[in-house]
Amino acid sequence: RTVQDRMTGADVTLTDEQVELVQRLQKGQFGDVNFDPYEPSVDFFTHEVMIHPVTNRPADKRSFIPSLIEKEKVSKLVHAIKMGWIKPRKPKDDTPTYYDLWAHEDPNSVLGRHKMHVPAPKLRLPGHEESYNPPPEYLLSEEERLAWEQQEPAERRLNFVPRRHRCLRAVPAYPRFIHERFERCLDLYLCPRQRKMRVNVDPEDLIPKLPKPRDLQPFPTTQALIYRGHTSLVRCLSVSPGGQWLVSGSDDGTVRFWEVSTARCMRTLPVGAVVKSVAWNPNPTLCLVAVAVEQSVLLVNPCLGDKLLFGATDQLLEAYVPPEEERVQPVQWVPPSAEERGKGIRLIVQHSKPVKQVTWHGKGDYFASVVSDTGSRQVLMHQSSKRWSQAPFQRSKGMVQCVSFHPTRPFFFVATQRYVRVYNLLKQELTKKLMSNCKWVSSMAIHPGGDNVICGSYDSKLAWFDLDLSTRPYQLLRHHRRALRSVAFHRHYPLFASGSDDGTVIVCHGMVYNDLLQNPLLVPVKVLKGHVLTLDLGVLDVLFHPTQPWVFSSGADGTVRLYT
Amino acid sequence: SLPRRLCILKGIYPHEPKHKKKVNKGSTAPRTFYLLKDIKFLLHEPIVNKFREYKVFVRKLRKAYGKSEWSTVERLKDNKPTYKLDHIVKERYPTFIDALRDLDDALSMCFLFSTFPRTGKCHVQTIQLCRRLAVEFQNYVIASRSLRKVFLSIKGIYYQAEVLGQPVTWITPYAFAHDHPTDVDYRVMATFTEFYTTLLGFVNFRLYHSLNLLYPPKIDSQADAELKPMEGKEYAMDSESYLERLSALSSSLARVVAPTHEDEVEMDEFPVEGETAEQMDAKKKEQEALEKHKKLFEGLRFFLNREVPREPLAFVIRSFGGQVSWDKSLCIGATYDATDPSITHHIIDRPRVENQVVGRYYLQPQWVFDSVNAKLCLPVADYFPGVLLPPHLSPFVTEQEGDYVPPEKLKLLALQRGENPDEESEEEEEEEEEEEEDDNDKEEEEDESEKEEEMKLKKMEEQKTQSNKALPVKVTAGKVRVEDKQRLEQEQQSEEKRLAIMMMKKREKYLYKKIMFGKKRKVREANKLAAKRKAHDTALREEKKKSKKAQQA
Repeated sequence: RTVQDRMTGADVTLTDEQVELVQRLQKGQFGDVNFDPYEPSVDFFTHEVMIHPVTNRPADKRSFIPSLIEKEKVSKLVHAIKMGWIKPRKPKDDTPTYYDLWAHEDPNSVLGRHKMHVPAPKLRLPGHEESYNPPPEYLLSEEERLAWEQQEPAERRLNFVPRRHRCLRAVPAYPRFIHERFERCLDLYLCPRQRKMRVNVDPEDLIPKLPKPRDLQPFPTTQALIYRGHTSLVRCLSVSPGGQWLVSGSDDGTVRFWEVSTARCMRTLPVGAVVKSVAWNPNPTLCLVAVAVEQSVLLVNPCLGDKLLFGATDQLLEAYVPPEEERVQPVQWVPPSAEERGKGIRLIVQHSKPVKQVTWHGKGDYFASVVSDTGSRQVLMHQSSKRWSQAPFQRSKGMVQCVSFHPTRPFFFVATQRYVRVYNLLKQELTKKLMSNCKWVSSMAIHPGGDNVICGSYDSKLAWFDLDLSTRPYQLLRHHRRALRSVAFHRHYPLFASGSDDGTVIVCHGMVYNDLLQNPLLVPVKVLKGHVLTLDLGVLDVLFHPTQPWVFSSGADGTVRLYT
Repeated sequence: SLPRRLCILKGIYPHEPKHKKKVNKGSTAPRTFYLLKDIKFLLHEPIVNKFREYKVFVRKLRKAYGKSEWSTVERLKDNKPTYKLDHIVKERYPTFIDALRDLDDALSMCFLFSTFPRTGKCHVQTIQLCRRLAVEFQNYVIASRSLRKVFLSIKGIYYQAEVLGQPVTWITPYAFAHDHPTDVDYRVMATFTEFYTTLLGFVNFRLYHSLNLLYPPKIDSQADAELKPMEGKEYAMDSESYLERLSALSSSLARVVAPTHEDEVEMDEFPVEGETAEQMDAKKKEQEALEKHKKLFEGLRFFLNREVPREPLAFVIRSFGGQVSWDKSLCIGATYDATDPSITHHIIDRPRVENQVVGRYYLQPQWVFDSVNAKLCLPVADYFPGVLLPPHLSPFVTEQEGDYVPPEKLKLLALQRGENPDEESEEEEEEEEEEEEDDNDKEEEEDESEKEEEMKLKKMEEQKTQSNKALPVKVTAGKVRVEDKQRLEQEQQSEEKRLAIMMMKKREKYLYKKIMFGKKRKVREANKLAAKRKAHDTALREEKKKSKKAQQA
């Protein structure tokens, strides 16, 4: 009953009336005891309509006379109606909204453009994965889900995540429903439509029908021998015209002579520098090998085989009589020292620049060498019997990659980076310029018939030229996966091979017909593997045996392999 | 904007030029190109003037509002210019079949718009019209019994009906309030809807008349009389209540000609030339199956519990001849009560059923949809309330050779063929397991038989890897190696093929590689699915064993 007054801080004792008032207020009643909330209400205005006016004022005069303003308005309306400015309301259109629109289907009334119309393709129908309760294999695993989330929305194969719900009641609304409808609308009116012919081919039909390799035998099929001995990459190979001896030059500074049939190293000739190229003299009555080492070309008599033969060779070289007057030569012919002579070196041709390649003419008297130079003296021709050299070209036509003699006719092939030029040596003129369509020609080989040339290139292409056909490649073969290092023709069999950095040698059947109307037939017959990739290099040189359908290949792994 | 609306209404789409650079003044930047003749065609459209009139009308109205000239406003509103799209519909779809072919998008759109709230996004009249047309179409499907497939996806419910031989597919969202996205242009959708409603109205009219039904639809008077006393006066507005009752889908429609009960019209046989008796038989069989499918639920009485989505279920059940009802307080149009003893199936979506009534199946709603897709009433045991449901498969997938077929589908196919793989194996789990294994084996076998191509590919790959390995050249004291002739032969063939592939032309090689890549990817995907399934099954089985052991212990 005693309450503290918060304003003054004094304690106040409530009287009985005050307590009662508080209680009444707490109950929600009126504070005043005498107030009756339920007394009958009194109408201030009656709800009954009264018949008499509230005021007693008489009506105005203007309520009896016609209004001028209204008359004016009416006359205006009348005038407007007369003039046709105001029209009567249009009658309600009571034709039904829907009727049989296609009651009279007239095929003639179809517009021409309708035939060109491409109907929109229908939406794809949903698969099992879209089900609210799909089979468990359609649900995404955790990593698939993450992958899905990281993909661009346009790249996703499914535009939703498959989910499984226990029962139909638990299926939520799909938040992208309106989006998808909207996207469909956009597709319908913004996507260009086109009739596309689907390629409906059996992939088997695409494979060209070629003669079976079995019918094109013989060709090398298996690896028969490995010639081991070199300690570094073997850059070059050459085989004696009889096919008994093989010579290989390597980065370890040696030239090795092997017997083909036994893989035995008959001789090792240390030359002290990287051997860039070796070439066995194609003349069977001579036993002479040209070796390109640094700035010189060594003519080596390996002293193998028939004693008469290599004796005759030596004699031939000795028989040289120097001419009376000294001629100006681009190179120096130096006789070897006694020690070198003991090794078998018979002559040294000193160039001014490092020599890249050396190659013999078919008769075995002339040979050509390529110097890594930029000037006009990149290609030099030498006559071994007269010890005489000359530079055949006056101007350089680009970096010469390799050169080659025509097997029967006086033609000379020079391959620069992108072109192969064919010169007539007798007339001393350019006869043909072959476009290789490659970036960088690496090697070249000429068909024994002389009318076909193949070019390998560092962009892993092999171009087959038919000189009778055109100066462009008859066929560009992209068989290798890496750069081609060398190509070779077989002398008798219709075979050619290409060695590449991917460590394979691909042997192809390349049949050339005597009939001019029939184009050459090129069929790959065998992929030979065996070389191990070292330093990203595979096969560096390939070479066919002169008589057998065998192929030699030298690789960066320091071996020479024979496939038979 | 005006051109956009015109393009949408007239169905004009851009064209991809043959020489893009030539057309685009040398640049390859992406641009859309329309044919000049298309643009001219649009200009000739009389509706362009109507649109312009409407624009003028809006301007005048705004001005009148601004000046508070209410009489002008009224007059203008009276003379509001209107336009019709009838001629455009006729022009775009010169024949009725054309219109039916393009009905998918129209239906989906109408069903979507009919679920929109009556505020905001678009005109209320549009929404009401969409609702009406959608309900009318549903009623037509029920009356013609043309529904074929239903699919509950996570996006919505897909329906496929066969209307006059044309498959018509549409999707309806689940009945939830929409969370309206902000990056969607509703004006584009509204323009599409405007056209689609016109199209659908005419199509409905024609469809109703083809069945001798009244259009606008009237509820059959007999059924009407039955309905009247039950529903009473709970629904205030008469105009709305009619649509509501129609949308309840529980009553049949009035026909122009009284239906004669001669449904069993014998199909006359017209022997077509070049058709063998077998083909005729197959056709006949198909026809019979179709008839049977149409009467799938005939004679069954369903009752829908209140948590079950009423509209889709009522629609599906009614379109296969079943009778359906629901709680009276749930929706208008209930025909019988939950206590009715003649009810055969009670659709329920709760984990437990209180006070079960004997003499009816209590089933989850998926049973209805699965039965429709399977074209037969499936065994009910898998669908009891609270039971883990079997997967719901898409009826739209037809597996080609080499595709992955889920085992449930295989089971279903067996059921349809009339075998019953489940019955004997329900007694013991082990047997079931064995059978599962059998199933797996069977599947694998089928895989093998079906996927020879795949095997070939695999072998090729293997051989590649094998030949990549360097052969160890070593002479060791020998075992006699049996030369597998077949294998050798195969190897040789594959090598020949590889060599031939090397000689392909660049373009053909590209095509070949693309095709082979696609094939390989398909095989990979199928294998992946199969592996996933296997892993899942083994995991499940182990769990079962564990629980069994735990029970025994």
